[in-house]
Amino acid sequence: MTKRRAKSAGKRGRKAVRAPAAKRTRARRAHRDPLDRFVDAAAQALALPLEPAWKPAVRANLEVTLRLASLYADFPLPDDAEPAPVFKA
Amino acid sequence: MQWAHASEIAGAVADGRASAAAVVGASLTRIARLDGVLNAFTAVLKARALAKAEAIDAARASGRPLGSLAGVPFAVKNLFDIAGLPTLAGSKINRSRPRAARDATLIERLEASGAVLVGALNMGEYAYDFTGENVHDGAARNPHDPDRMTGGSSSGSGGAVAGGLVPLALGSDTNGSIRVPASLCGIFGLKPTYGQLSRAGTFPFVASLDHVGPLARSTRDLALAYDAMQGPDPNDPVCTDRPPEPVTPLLDRGVEGLRIAVASGYFRAACFPEAQAAVARVVAALGVTDEIEVPEAKRARAAAYVITASEGGALHLGRLRERARDFDPAVRDRLIAGAMIPAALVAKAQKFRRWYRERVLELFGRVDALLAPATPCSAPRIGQKSFVLDGVEMPVRANLGIHTQPISFIGLPVVAVPVPLKPMPIGVQIIAAPWREDVALRIAHALEQAGVAAAGEPTIKG
Repeated sequence: MTKRRAKSAGKRGRKAVRAPAAKRTRARRAHRDPLDRFVDAAAQALALPLEPAWKPAVRANLEVTLRLASLYADFPLPDDAEPAPVFKA
Repeated sequence: MQWAHASEIAGAVADGRASAAAVVGASLTRIARLDGVLNAFTAVLKARALAKAEAIDAARASGRPLGSLAGVPFAVKNLFDIAGLPTLAGSKINRSRPRAARDATLIERLEASGAVLVGALNMGEYAYDFTGENVHDGAARNPHDPDRMTGGSSSGSGGAVAGGLVPLALGSDTNGSIRVPASLCGIFGLKPTYGQLSRAGTFPFVASLDHVGPLARSTRDLALAYDAMQGPDPNDPVCTDRPPEPVTPLLDRGVEGLRIAVASGYFRAACFPEAQAAVARVVAALGVTDEIEVPEAKRARAAAYVITASEGGALHLGRLRERARDFDPAVRDRLIAGAMIPAALVAKAQKFRRWYRERVLELFGRVDALLAPATPCSAPRIGQKSFVLDGVEMPVRANLGIHTQPISFIGLPVVAVPVPLKPMPIGVQIIAAPWREDVALRIAHALEQAGVAAAGEPTIKG
């Protein structure tokens, strides 16, 4: 935190306490990470409660799912390929 | 008759060597003695079961015909409706549901054949599970080693049958939830063709992938139960209109003339030595020399995974909004993530599904059945989060079903047969073309006759 920002925080009456370096790094990374932002936005758009403690596991699950989806997402299929949402064996 | 097969019980009750009341009473006694160890049951229906058993004995005394499963105690995964109970589906949330007004179709059909429902069974929450662990009801425990998983999500179904508490149970299988516990508990399981058995009166998970079927300690018991449950059902829109095709009379036809191959490629990878050994034993017993690679099985598994997560998330969206804290955290976090999956990826998965189905069905022009592992390993320890295979650490929960998912994805019928390895058993999948349960069951029966597949009796300290 710079002197100017510390002063600003002081003006708002908050105690200027520095978060541990690792935590700040994580927080900055999370802010930049598109998947983190997607998870936050999707939770908000879908009105899903997402407690901070749950977010890493939700994000990890979504990341695995997207990685798996990438295995078939670009698999060439014709435009008229029929989907099988109601499946017949 | 604690370790008797359903067929043996039905025979003994039919000819008067045993009464249904005595058989059911013995099952209830064994449940009372051992369920503290196995944690397979979430409800025991003593009064209902004894009343039904006495009615069967009265029917026999008055000379009325008995069904093919007369006096056979059975239990069901607690996602099946049981009249008078809320249908839990392994959850805390469903405890506040209204009590079911009637039994699920398959319970009605088994009881119409003389079987006797004795209880409801533990399961992974909302069936989104391969481990058999449940934060609300506790983990179901493997009868061969109570420190190990039963597998899931039909965890109590596996434990109750393998532990000799009942000879027959019903489970559901969306991605492997009958075949995984059958494998880890060392029993037989049948996942029929998609749409073959009615799902009416069961709590859903992934409508486009959900199957229901029996678990038992012999192939004949699977066949008897399957035959008793076949038939159209207007209450399940997916249930086939095909007339029943009884398989029990076909079991003794043997494997002569059947073309059997072992699935290579994807199904040979990611296997611990015990899974390889089990497949090798089955291959040797059947004299199989052909190998066939199932095309794009890895992509199929991925697409099944995505459809499951997405449909599961959609099904539970309201409950996630209202009662997120009441879910098992491991299930909740997956469902929330599932609800966020972009629709384009799900639509593509459904398109890929039809393409994959066509390619796999072409294989059945060349063979009648495929062999593959049911699970990559025998039962992990309860609480174990990951295993290391080929130097890669993999989460247990998601990976116990890697060999079952590409098969249920296109609804093929499968019998999981137990190979009684030591110290723990493990299963092999016998996969047939749609509607050819008879082929898979004939092969399973032949393996059982040869002593290669068997449900070993565990020693349980209760």
